[in-house]
Amino acid sequence: MTEGPDPRTPVPRGPLPETPPRRAPRKVELTIDGRPVSAPEGATILQAARELGIETPTLCYLENLTPVNVCRVCVVELEGSRTLVPACSRKVEPGMTVHTDSERVRHSRKLVLELLASGVDVSTAPDFARFAERYGAQPERFAAGATVAQPVKIDNELYVRDYGKCILCYKCVSACGSDAQNTFAIAIAGRGFDAVISTEYDTPLTDSACVFCGNCIGVCPTGALMFRGEFEMRAAGQWDETRQQVTDTICPYCGVGCTLTVHAQDDRIVKVTSPAEHPITRGHLCIKGRFGWQYVNER
Amino acid sequence: MDLRFTSAAASERERAAVDRAAGSQAPARDLLLPALQEIQRRIGWISPGALNYACRRLDVPPADGFGVASFYGLLSTAETGSIAVHVCDDLACRSESLIAGLERSGVPVRRSPCLGLCDRAPAALVTIAGEEPREIAVAPADASSVMRAVRGLPAAEPAAPIPQFGSAGLRLLRRAGQVDPESLDAYRASGGLLALRRARQIGPREVIREVRDARLAGRGGAAFPAADKWAAVAANPAPRYLVINADESEPGTFKDRVLMESDPFAVVEAAAIAAFATGCARIYFYIRGEYPLATERIRNAVDRMRHRGFLDGLDIEIRRGAGAYICGEETALFQSIEGYRGEPRSKPPFPAEAGLFRRPTLVNNVETLVNVPGILIEGGPAYARRGTERSTGTKLYCVSGDVERPGVYEFEFGITLRNLLRYSGCAIADLRGVLVGGAAGTFVTPDELDVPLTFEGLRAIGSALGSAVVMAFSRSRDMRGVLARIAHFFREESCGQCVPCRVGTVRQVEALKRGDTGLVKEVGRVMRDASICGLGQTASSAIESALARWPELMKEMR
Ligand SMILES: Cc1cc2nc3c(=O)[nH]c(=O)nc-3n(C[C@H](O)[C@H](O)[C@H](O)COP(=O)(O)O)c2cc1C
Ligand code: SF4
Ligand code: SF4
Ligand code: SF4
Ligand code: FES
Ligand code: FES
Repeated sequence: MTEGPDPRTPVPRGPLPETPPRRAPRKVELTIDGRPVSAPEGATILQAARELGIETPTLCYLENLTPVNVCRVCVVELEGSRTLVPACSRKVEPGMTVHTDSERVRHSRKLVLELLASGVDVSTAPDFARFAERYGAQPERFAAGATVAQPVKIDNELYVRDYGKCILCYKCVSACGSDAQNTFAIAIAGRGFDAVISTEYDTPLTDSACVFCGNCIGVCPTGALMFRGEFEMRAAGQWDETRQQVTDTICPYCGVGCTLTVHAQDDRIVKVTSPAEHPITRGHLCIKGRFGWQYVNER
Repeated sequence: MDLRFTSAAASERERAAVDRAAGSQAPARDLLLPALQEIQRRIGWISPGALNYACRRLDVPPADGFGVASFYGLLSTAETGSIAVHVCDDLACRSESLIAGLERSGVPVRRSPCLGLCDRAPAALVTIAGEEPREIAVAPADASSVMRAVRGLPAAEPAAPIPQFGSAGLRLLRRAGQVDPESLDAYRASGGLLALRRARQIGPREVIREVRDARLAGRGGAAFPAADKWAAVAANPAPRYLVINADESEPGTFKDRVLMESDPFAVVEAAAIAAFATGCARIYFYIRGEYPLATERIRNAVDRMRHRGFLDGLDIEIRRGAGAYICGEETALFQSIEGYRGEPRSKPPFPAEAGLFRRPTLVNNVETLVNVPGILIEGGPAYARRGTERSTGTKLYCVSGDVERPGVYEFEFGITLRNLLRYSGCAIADLRGVLVGGAAGTFVTPDELDVPLTFEGLRAIGSALGSAVVMAFSRSRDMRGVLARIAHFFREESCGQCVPCRVGTVRQVEALKRGDTGLVKEVGRVMRDASICGLGQTASSAIESALARWPELMKEMR
C-alpha cells in the first residue's frame, strides 16, 4: 500500500551499529575565539580547540572511550545555538563560530564545578582543583545541601569503591562495558540525584560479573575507584606522590605485550596504570597486569 | 553475550510472567521493559531471581537490567505488598488531607506527580498485582473511593468527559461523549476512516502537501511544523518508524488522555495516515503507564481496525511507559522502547535521521496527529483559515486549578486567556496567577490575561504555550508551596545524566527553601544553558517567572 519498504521486512531489534561512510577525511573550516582553524571532518570542537592550544576542561571525556557528554564542564558557545554545546562530542561543521571563554561559558563551567564539588568529595580528583581555580568556583555557596556521601565499599582484596567521590561520569561503566572489557559488571542504577554506579541489587563485586581487570580504576577521574593498597596508605597518611617513581615496562604475563606504568614508593610497587595512548591496549589491562605485582612486594 | 549471574533463581510465577512478555521470540533487548512490567504486574516487585531470568532470556547483563528496573517509578526493586496506592500530590490535586486520612487508616500511600486527571482532582491510581492484575484510576478520589479500588472494585467513569460536551463547533472533541469509543461501526457512522481512504486515494506526497498547507504545528510542546518533519522522514531510507508520543506527563496536562479515551479510533486512523504518508512500516504507541483506560481503548481500536483489514501492511506495537516524565522527551522515549534507561541522547542527529533503533523516525504528539483527518477532509487551506496566521486550527487547552469547570476545552487559536478562564468559571477578581504550559511553563499575572493563547501571543509576553496547561491559582493558594512542589517535581524526574540538571534541580529546591533568589537564578541559568535536554533547560522556567512577577514571594519565604 505504500511506496515504502515491504512491511514484512524483519524489524531490527536493538541498536544498530553505526556505519559511517568511509572516505578520506575532508577539512572543515571554522572559527574558534576569533581565530580560523581547519579540522578534519568528524573531529570534535574539543580537538579543533586543542589545535589552537586552547585548553578545555573535561571530566567525562577520555580519548579511549565513546563520549557520553554528561558532565558539561566542556561546554562552549556556538553561534546560532540556543544552548551551549559540549565541545567533547559536538562535531565540527563548516562555518561554525565558537566561543570557548565567553561570560556565558565561564558561568556554566563555574556552576558545573560548584554543583559537583558541593555534593561530592573531590579531594582526590587530580584535575579538579585546577579547574576550580581557573573558573573561580566557590562550592561553599551551596554548603549544607544534599551530598552523595556514603560509606566506602570494601568487598574484595584488590580495590575499593568510594562512591562519595563519584561524579557519575560514566567512564567506569563504559570501560567495563563495550568500550573495553565487555564484562558489564556495573551500570548506572536509580534516577536523578539518587543515581549511583552499582552491580545488580548492589551485589558485592565478588559475586558479580566483575573479573577484576581494574580498567574502571584506570579511567576513574576522581579516585572513587582506588587500589586497595593506595586507599590504605592514604588512610594511614603514608601516600606521598613526591616520593614515587614511575617506570614504564612491558607486562611479563602473556604475549600481548601491554605497557605497564609502575608506580613505586620507597621501592615498593603501589599501583600499576597503563598509558591511554598505547595503540593496542589503549590503557586497558587485565587482572594479571593490573594486580599481579603484589608478589613482588611480598618477597 | 557471555554473561554471569548471581545464584538467585526465579519462581515459577516469575518465569511465567517473563515468558508471557518475551514470547517465543529470540533474545531481544527491546523486550526488557515489557518483561519487567509484566513481572511488576503479576508479582508486585522485581526480585533478583526474576531479574536474572528476564536478563538471561533476553541476553542483557544483569547490572544493566537492574539499571533499567531501578529507573522507573512504577517498577519496584524492593519487596512490597501487591497493592500500591499512588496518590497525586501535585499542583491541582491538593491532596494532603486525603493522604493523611489514608495513612491514618493504614494504607501505604505512594506520592505521585500529576496523574493527568487534574480535571477530576484529586486523583489516585491503585494497582493490584496478581494473576489478574488490576489498575484502577480513581478521580475524584476520597477515602472511600480509594478503599473501594483497593478491594478491586472498578471506579466510576465521569458522566461527561469534557465540559463542552454537546456544544456545536467542536472538531477534535466532536465525538467525545457522543460516539461509543469502543465501536468501530459507531466510529465509521460518524465519519471515521474517510480521511484514511482519501489519503490512500491522493498518495503520500499529496497528504504531506495538505499538512503543509494547513501549517499544522506540533502540539507536544515545541510547535515544530509537522509537514517539515514528515517530509524529512519520508526522504530518508527505509525502514522508517512512526512513534506516537502518548506519554503525557507534564503536570497539568491531560488532553491526550481525553482524546485516547474518548476517540481512540481517530488516534489510530491518524497514525495510519501519518505512517502511509511517510512510508513507515511499523508504528509504536508509547502510552503513559498511568493511563490504563487510554491504553485499553487504543488497543481495542487497533484490534478492531486490524481485524477489518484497515491496517493491512502495518505493524503496530503498543508500549507503555513505566513512570518517568523524561520518557516523553523523544530520544529518551526511543531509549525506553529499546530497553535502555530513559536517558535522552544528544542531538544532532535528530530523529528524522537517526531515531528509534537509529533509523529514520517520525515522532508526533497524539493531538498533533488527531488534527490530520480533519485536514484531509476539508483540505489544508481551509484548515489554515481557522486560528491565526501563525497558529492555525483549533487547540485543546487543559484547564484546571481554581476554576468551576475544569477540563479539556477546544477553541480556535486566538482565544484570550481571560475568555478561556471566564468560560471555565474562574473567579478572576480573586486570581493570583495562572500557570501556562505546565511545570516547564511560566506564570502569568492577572494583568496579562488579555494575551491570546497562540504560540506567538504567548511568546510575546515571555511565556510559551507548551502542552497548553492553563492552571489557575486563587489568592488563597500558598504560592510558596506551589513553587516548592514544582521544584520537587524536577528533582524527582531528572534522569540524572547531566550535572546541571541532576545536581541543579536539587540545589534549586534548597535555594528556594532558603529564599536565596540570587542562587536560584544562577542555577537556573546553568540548567538552561548547559543541560542536555529540555527537562533541565526548562526546570527553572516556571519558578523564575514567578520570582520575576512576584518578587515579594521570596520575602514571604524567608
Ligand atoms: C522533558 C520532556 C518531556 C516531554 N514530554 C512529552 C510528552 O509527554 N508528550 C509529547 O507529545 N511530547 C513531549 N515532549 C516533546 C517531545 O520531545 C517531542 O518534541 C514531541 O513529541 C514531538 O511531537 P510534535 O511535533 O507532534 O509536537 C517532551 C519534551 C521534553 C523535553
Ligand atoms: S574491575 Fe574490570 S570487570 Fe570489574 S567492574 Fe572494573 S572494569 Fe568491570
Ligand atoms: S566511579 Fe569514577 S569512573 Fe565511575 S562514574 Fe564515578 S567518578 Fe566516574
Ligand atoms: S537535562 Fe536532566 S533529564 Fe535531561 S539529560 Fe540532563 S539530567 Fe537527564
Ligand atoms: S567532558 Fe564534555 S561533557 Fe564531560
Ligand atoms: S492529577 Fe493531580 S495535578 Fe494532575
